[in-house]
Amino acid sequence: MSAASPAAGGISFGPRERSILLDPVLVNNPIGVQVLGICSALAITTRVDKALVMSAGVILVGTLASLMVSLVRERTPTSIRIIVQLAIIASLVIVFDQVLKATLYELSLELSVFVGLIITNCIVLGRTEGFAMNNPPYLSALDGLGNALGYAVVLVVVAFARELLGAGKLLGITVLPLAKDGGWYVPNGLMLLAPSALFLIGLLIWALRTWKPQLQEKD
Amino acid sequence: MEHYINLGLRSIFLENLALAYFLGMCSFLACSKKVETAIGLGVAVVFVQALTVPLNHLLLRYLLGEGALTWISPALAEVNLSFLSFILFIATIAAATQVVEMAIERFAPALYNTLGVFLPLIAVNCVILGGSLFMQEREYSFGESVVFGVGSGLGFAIALIALAAIREKLTYSNIPAGLRGLGITFITAGLMSLAFMMFSGIQL
Repeated sequence: MSAASPAAGGISFGPRERSILLDPVLVNNPIGVQVLGICSALAITTRVDKALVMSAGVILVGTLASLMVSLVRERTPTSIRIIVQLAIIASLVIVFDQVLKATLYELSLELSVFVGLIITNCIVLGRTEGFAMNNPPYLSALDGLGNALGYAVVLVVVAFARELLGAGKLLGITVLPLAKDGGWYVPNGLMLLAPSALFLIGLLIWALRTWKPQLQEKD
Repeated sequence: MEHYINLGLRSIFLENLALAYFLGMCSFLACSKKVETAIGLGVAVVFVQALTVPLNHLLLRYLLGEGALTWISPALAEVNLSFLSFILFIATIAAATQVVEMAIERFAPALYNTLGVFLPLIAVNCVILGGSLFMQEREYSFGESVVFGVGSGLGFAIALIALAAIREKLTYSNIPAGLRGLGITFITAGLMSLAFMMFSGIQL
């Protein structure tokens, strides 16, 4: 796993880099623990393919935005840093949106405004503001990638449950034959509707906090 | 006229940005612990939303859309800059937030103190950007944009204040340890979302 090449400008992969990359996925998940970037996690998880495309977008934008913000961090005046970060993120999202429209047009219509909303996704801005502004480019890119992966994991898990239970399918392929087509599975229509995503994420947080009691809130 | 009332009701209840499209969830969950702060944020969102959606509509019609530049010269009829909409929308929103903030500070200092930190934060709230993007996608006219801006802002404010009121009462209930705080808030919001679905099918 460790491709150590310290000669190339300190780009190595030791324990610190590994924890920056993997902690957000498992230990400090942006959705489950820090509660960032919920909006899109809820809205586009009715099907696994939508969740995958959205994850790809956030991984791409998150990694590159962290990298670029970190590259210009010493030349950015603090008073205008938010607008600089937003400009970088918005440009990356425009690129992703255009590529998506050119290659997967049907899917881009279904994702509608949510691709544009990656701009205001708190995960991306939270990482550029909270980490990339104070850290070197390589570590920032790893941090952005790690947090985007953490987001992607939750997104795919929720989408998996919603598509399987709501439509009996995965990635559009029938897994549980539906009763109306002569099979045995009666789909749970609620899973395809908006509220189910809120319930699922609530249950996910419950499971996570039962597993790791130190995350529980006291009030 | 009927059309506008219909659109207004739809954007407040049926297509509620918070409960049907999950926009602005971060502030929806973070600022709903007390009714007072919820009202502050709600008012600020209505303000900014009512200002930015029509503003972005004008931007789209006279600068970005297909053939929008013909008022400069007919030769520019082929130009379509709508791919720039994301970055210009966010710039309008940041600027409008700033203007609203300064105006409120100057003319209504009491309200300014209540809103506090929420005003600048609105610039990165997805309700606001989402409202403008929906306006672009659904190709609203100027009048519709005004109604949609006010309506969707009001819808968000209503949902936010209602959730805050429920959460204040939740303090007295016995919730499993792992579900306390955030977990139960999600479940509550889910139930509210179910309740708001009751409005579907309402047509004037």
